[in-house]
Amino acid sequence: MNFRTGDCLEANSWICAKFISTRQDQLLSALQEHVTLTVETVAIALAVSLPLAIAVRRGRQARGGLLGLATAVYSVPSLALFGLLVPITGLRPTTVLVGLVLYSLTILIRNVLAGLDSVPAEVVEAARGMGMGRLRILLQVELPLATPSIFAGLRVATVSTVALATIGYLIGEGGLGNLIHEGLTNYFKAEVLTASVLCVLLAIGLDAVLVGLQFLLTPWARRGSRSR
Amino acid sequence: MSSLRGVINWLTDGAHWRGSDGVVVRSLQHVELSALALAIVVLVSLPIALWLGHVKRGGFLAVNVTNIGRAVPTFAVLTLLALTSLGISNRSVVLALVLFGIPPVLTNAYVGVREVDPQVVEAARGMGMTGFQQLRQVELPLAVPLVLNGIRLAAVQIVATMTIAALVSGPGLGRIIQEGFATQNKPELEAGALLVVVLALCVEGVFAWLQRVVDPVRRARRGGHSHDDGSPQPALGDAASVVGANQHNQA
Repeated sequence: MNFRTGDCLEANSWICAKFISTRQDQLLSALQEHVTLTVETVAIALAVSLPLAIAVRRGRQARGGLLGLATAVYSVPSLALFGLLVPITGLRPTTVLVGLVLYSLTILIRNVLAGLDSVPAEVVEAARGMGMGRLRILLQVELPLATPSIFAGLRVATVSTVALATIGYLIGEGGLGNLIHEGLTNYFKAEVLTASVLCVLLAIGLDAVLVGLQFLLTPWARRGSRSR
Repeated sequence: MSSLRGVINWLTDGAHWRGSDGVVVRSLQHVELSALALAIVVLVSLPIALWLGHVKRGGFLAVNVTNIGRAVPTFAVLTLLALTSLGISNRSVVLALVLFGIPPVLTNAYVGVREVDPQVVEAARGMGMTGFQQLRQVELPLAVPLVLNGIRLAAVQIVATMTIAALVSGPGLGRIIQEGFATQNKPELEAGALLVVVLALCVEGVFAWLQRVVDPVRRARRGGHSHDDGSPQPALGDAASVVGANQHNQA
């Protein structure tokens, strides 16, 4: 089937070191594409969700509407969401990015709102009593205290994005998903398993990076680990 | 918009609805296999989760299974299945659906039972209830919102995974989208996407309604204040706030 030499390649084994060494460049570039897509997605989603959540948090109706919309979008299967975006963004890699951003948004908006809600009213009151303005309270009191919840959302969004991005291969932007699909069409087991395992490792790795980042950003939370 | 007209034309063409690869057959496949998988998920994971929550053990497993389920791409699992000797059949697709449906049910039901106010459980024990009675009559009713939330999330996940199954030549509505992508036939892929969205929103709607109707705590509150005579009213408030705290993390 394959014009490659070597035992495990000829035998079409699931685990094949020779595959990894001969296709190293391809694996690395797919991994890199996957990382770039994920980081872009989560960064854009965070940049959109923060102002959006801050804008709607006081308005009961706007907030309810936005959360309802988020639930609806979240319930749409990824394949269908990409399909619905095609008339708007075309059969281009942008479609994958926009779709992934939408999913991350539904997760992040919830967590940013929950984080802002969790700030005790007394703390805000005290900040006001110290003469802080609204913007300063937001930037120096509320957002820092909302950090744990926001990071919880970032972690879920990142891990989900890594997994969802694989089907981006349909529009030529799937990162490791391109390899999984290629392995499927060629009935090449080592390629599918290696790319799948890399996907899971990438998700775990990025999750660990976020845990570390949160540790660095919230020095006050280090003494006792609170449930939030 | 020309693309809208294309979609309408595709959807109103009767030929697309009939036959073994028509919309009707594909929809039925989608709904039947999803419902079967959800039933298996609930039967398998609910008893385990409720029991673990009752004895307050295995929390690490119950919570982490959701994180693992999230990190593993459904497309990868379906592709791996397709390359094993099982191949892609109705049976192996249901297996994949079950694997991805278990985590939300397990985690939510576990958290729901574990987070019931210990004082309420203590009171139940004081009344002479056995462990099973405590679970059945006190913990489970208070955990219903989270249990249902888990089942809803599992249903959403299963319907989505079922759609992805089309990418490995599996059954279901996703096939219409997949064919549309494969042949760059935009009306077909958009029509398929629309059908899947309608199905997904129906599932979401049914569960949102169920959550409102079934919750015994909410029902008890609505049906006159018969609980004002010192039964576990404050605890109900606590359980409700726990539910609120947990819901956003499940996204």
